[in-house]
Amino acid sequence: MANQNAGDHGAGTSSMPDPMHQFEIQRWLPLEVFGIDASFTNSAAFMVLAAISLSAFLLLSTSGRSLVPGRLQSLAEITYEFVANMVRENVGTAGMKYFPFVFTLFSFVLACNMLGMIPYSFTVTSHIIVTFALAAIVFVGVTIIGFAKHGLGFLKFFVPSGVPAALLPLLVVIEVISYLTRPVSLSVRLFANMMAGHTMLKVFGGFVVMLGAWGGWAPLGFMVAFTGLEVLVAFLQAYVFAILTCIYLNDALHMHH
Amino acid sequence: MPQLEFHDFAPQLVWLVITFVGLYLVMARMALPRIADVIEERRDRIQRDLDEAERLKEETELAIAAYEEALAKARAKAHAIAQDTRDNLNAQIEKDRQKVDSEIAKSMASAENRIQSAKTEALAHVNEVASDTASALVEKLIGLSQNKDDIKNAIKSLNK
Repeated sequence: MANQNAGDHGAGTSSMPDPMHQFEIQRWLPLEVFGIDASFTNSAAFMVLAAISLSAFLLLSTSGRSLVPGRLQSLAEITYEFVANMVRENVGTAGMKYFPFVFTLFSFVLACNMLGMIPYSFTVTSHIIVTFALAAIVFVGVTIIGFAKHGLGFLKFFVPSGVPAALLPLLVVIEVISYLTRPVSLSVRLFANMMAGHTMLKVFGGFVVMLGAWGGWAPLGFMVAFTGLEVLVAFLQAYVFAILTCIYLNDALHMHH
Repeated sequence: MPQLEFHDFAPQLVWLVITFVGLYLVMARMALPRIADVIEERRDRIQRDLDEAERLKEETELAIAAYEEALAKARAKAHAIAQDTRDNLNAQIEKDRQKVDSEIAKSMASAENRIQSAKTEALAHVNEVASDTASALVEKLIGLSQNKDDIKNAIKSLNK
């Protein structure tokens, strides 16, 4: 996607191609349902693509239900075990009830990040509204689970134990603020990583075009290395999103502090 | 910055809900239970095979124990037979030896008797020979024939 915009502005012109153009939402199929804008956009297309490719991968690879798995079935099982172990280790067996949600979250974010690495594609997770919505689901869900399990006792979560009474009001305020900022940090972390990486790639893509056949090789080499790093970041951010969800779930279920 | 175009928020949220809920349903209802089944089935199968192997191993050990018991029994029996034979032979040899020993002792006793009787007989003749010799010597030396009875008495007194 780094060079998606290069043709529009072209080499030889002094102006850089706009690195933010890749994040623009394009309405492919304008649609309005009950007064809500539900247009099918490029973002929606990649969400659908992510969901369908994930479903197809997991369902087709395991359709044989082989005792001795093939390559694809192995990959599906490894993904399953990876997330299952993540939930088991961070939340315990009580958290396995929420395993399908964590798995969906992890695989959806990972698929969107990875699809975004394909040139000319659109990165769903580079939009704060999407990552914030996912983080808000986690935040609201975890808070509901906490109150459902412990009742008003969940409020003790904000009162650290073994602290002098004089400091308590201050610490409770700090605890509440840190709890409330969780969805913000969770969503901004993913969105900012994705946006920064793709912008960087686009800027260096612009350098390649501007410097031409003689000088363009240096930024091109950098871009190759940086693309590798971005693939790592794409995986890592999905992992971080899922593992933080597990940690928040553990807080709500066990109130460990 | 396209991320802050508020009028683009609604379509993204709508499609996020549609795709995320759809994906969740597919994962939770179909894909994940299926993978869990496959993994569970494999774990069961491996456990079954391990159990079967354990059972066969126990059977083998029983068979080995039975074989070794039979072997020990046979060895003990062979040993007993050998001991029996050895004892019988020893008893037989001992009996034969005693028989031969008693025969030897018997013949030795009879031989000794014979020697003893020969010895007494010989001793009985010694006096006679001595008196004859003495009378002959006396006659030759002094030319005087002696009464035989006198000589006999003299010899007898010498012998005492």
